[in-house]
Amino acid sequence: MTSDVFTPWDDPQAKPLIQFKNVTKRFGGFTAIDNLSLDIFEREFFALLGPSGCGKTTMMRMLAGFETPTEGHIILSGQDIDPIPPNKRAVNMMFQSYALFPHLSIWENIAFGLRRDKMPKRDLEDRVEEMLRLTRLEQFARRKPHQISGGQRQRVALARSLAKAPKLLLLDEPLGALDKKLRQDTQFELMDIQEKTGTTFVIVTHDQEEAMTVASRVAVMDQGQLKQVATPDRIYENPNSVYVADFIGDVNIIEGRATAQGDETYQINWAEGQTPLTATSATDLSNGQGCHLAIRPEKVTISADRPADAVNAIQGKVHDIAYLGNLSTYYVELANGTIIKAQSANTRRISRRSFTWEDPVWLSWTATAAVLLAN
Amino acid sequence: MNRLSWFNAVSLTLGFAFLYIPMVILIIFSFNDGKLVTVWSGFSTRWYGELVQNEAFLDAAWVTLRVAVFSSTLATVLGTAAAYVMVRGGRFFGRTLFSGMIYAPLVMPEVITGLSLLLLFIGIGLDRGILTIVLAHTTFSMCFVSVVVSSRLVTFDRSLEEAALDLGCSPAQAFRLVTLPIIAPAVISGWLLAFTLSLDDLVIASFTSGPSATTLPIKIFSAVRLGVSPEINALSTLMIAVVTVGVITASLVTKRAMMKQKQDEMAAARAE
Repeated sequence: MTSDVFTPWDDPQAKPLIQFKNVTKRFGGFTAIDNLSLDIFEREFFALLGPSGCGKTTMMRMLAGFETPTEGHIILSGQDIDPIPPNKRAVNMMFQSYALFPHLSIWENIAFGLRRDKMPKRDLEDRVEEMLRLTRLEQFARRKPHQISGGQRQRVALARSLAKAPKLLLLDEPLGALDKKLRQDTQFELMDIQEKTGTTFVIVTHDQEEAMTVASRVAVMDQGQLKQVATPDRIYENPNSVYVADFIGDVNIIEGRATAQGDETYQINWAEGQTPLTATSATDLSNGQGCHLAIRPEKVTISADRPADAVNAIQGKVHDIAYLGNLSTYYVELANGTIIKAQSANTRRISRRSFTWEDPVWLSWTATAAVLLAN
Repeated sequence: MNRLSWFNAVSLTLGFAFLYIPMVILIIFSFNDGKLVTVWSGFSTRWYGELVQNEAFLDAAWVTLRVAVFSSTLATVLGTAAAYVMVRGGRFFGRTLFSGMIYAPLVMPEVITGLSLLLLFIGIGLDRGILTIVLAHTTFSMCFVSVVVSSRLVTFDRSLEEAALDLGCSPAQAFRLVTLPIIAPAVISGWLLAFTLSLDDLVIASFTSGPSATTLPIKIFSAVRLGVSPEINALSTLMIAVVTVGVITASLVTKRAMMKQKQDEMAAARAE
C-alpha cells in the first residue's frame, strides 16, 4: 500500500488478524449466527451494529471464548482458537456491566490479570501506573469500585482489559450506561486510546451514531447475518439494502419500477399520476425491475416554488414539523398520501421560518442524491 | 418518627408478649434463691455458681460446641458446592432430581432423618459418638446452607466470573479469587445458621449420640424429666445471652457496612 490512509481491507496482500470462516452458532433450535464469514484486520476499530437479538453479542462471546461455534472456525493470527479456553486467549473483554470486582481496589482490579501471568512485582507496578495514567485514574487507585462514579468505572474497566496488552480488545456496549454528554466525550477518548495503544478493537453496539463515530469499519447485522460491512461513510451514503439504509439514520424509501435512460441513469415510475423520478446507479437494473429509492432527508430541499433546474421535484403540503433546535424535519404529504421527510438547517430564528403547517411546498433533489436499490 | 395508632400499639405489645414473656419468666427465675422453680424467695446468683461446678453439664456443653463447629463447617463446604452446581451447572442430566433431593431434608420430619441415620450407622457398624452426631448434623443442615448460598448466587452478576476467566484465571482460581470473596457474607450466614441448628438439635442428636457423647440439649431434656431445677434456668439464660449478643453484633455489623456503602455511592455520584 502506498497511501498512508488506513484501509487494509482493500489490500489483497494484508493478512487479517481475525477470520470468521463459515461460522454457524446454534442454541438448541435457534440459529444465532448463520454461516458467517468475516475478516478483521490489525489496528482496526471494528463495530458490530444491529438490533438486539441479531447475533452481535454471540460473535463477541465466541471471540472471547465463552461460546464455541457449532460449525466453522475462528482464526486469530493464523491460529484456530476454537479449542482454546478464555483464560488462555490473547483476547480481553470489557463487559457491558463493567464487571469490576467489588472486593478489590481500583489498583487491584487493574493488576488482576497481570498477577495471573505472574508478572514480576516491579513490572506489574509500572504497568498498572501506566494504565492509571492512560485512563486518568491516578487519584482513585486506592478506592473501591462503589466509591467512584459511572464514568470512572467505565475507565477502570477499560484500563483493566487493556493492562495485559491483548492482541484484540472486545467492547460490549461499552458506553451504554453513560448519559449522552459523557458518552460523546468518552467516544473520543476511546478512539484516542485505541490509536495510542495500537490495539485492535471490536465493539458491539446497537447505537448507530456511536458505531459511526468510533469505527474504521462497521458491520450491520440482522438475524445472524452480515448485511453490509463497510466504512461508516459508505454505509451511510451507499447502503446495499433497504434494511441497512433504514437502520442507519433517517431515510425516505420510495418503491417503484426502473427504466434505463442512458448511462447508469434510470427513470423510476413510482405512483400513478406522478412524474417519474430520475436516479443514477452503478449496478445494472433491467427494464421494469422493481426497486427502492432511498433518499436521506437532509438531501431533500424544501422550497415554496418549483426550483427551475431541479431534476426531481414533487409537490405536497406540510403535514408536520419536528423542531430539533439546530434542524427542522418537515413531514410533507404528497397528493397520494405518501409522506416524505425533508430536513433543513435552522439558519434563521424560528419566528422567521418560511413554512408552517398546511403550506403547499415543493421538494427537490438531484439525480445522484438518492440510492437506487434493486429488489 | 410516626406515633403508633392504638391498634398498632396493641398488636405490637401482644406480639412481643407472646414471643418473649416465657423467656423473661425463665430469666427472672434463674436468679431465684430458692430451690422451687415457681416460688420467688429472693435474688441470688447461686445457681450460676453451681452450674460452673457441674462436670456433666460442662462436658455436654463442650461436646455440643465441637459438634456444632465441625458439622457446620462441613455443611458449609458441601452446601456451597451443591448451591454452586445447582445455580451454575446449567441443565445437566438429573438436575431436577438432584435439586429435589437437596431440599428434601428441609421438610423431612426429624424423627425420620434421625431414625434412618441410626439404621445406617448400625448397618455399617459405626460406633455412636461425636463422629456420628457430626455426620448427622451435617446431613440435615447442609440443605439450609445450600438454600442461603444459592439465593445469593442467583443475584450474582455472572460476568464477574467471566471477567476473571477472561483475565487469565482457571475456573478454580475464578471461584477462589472472585466468587468466594463476593458470596462470603452468604457463606458465613449459612455457617451461622448451621451452627445454631446444630446447637439446639435434640431429636436427631438423641438418635445418633451414644453413651460416650451427650449434647447439651439431650442433657437438659433428661434433667428436666427429673424435674425442672433452677440450674437449668441459669444455663438457659446463659444460652439466651450468647445468642442475643451474637445476633445483635451480626446485625449491627451488616447495617454499618451497608450504610457506609450507601454513603460512598452517594458521594461518588455527587462527584460526577
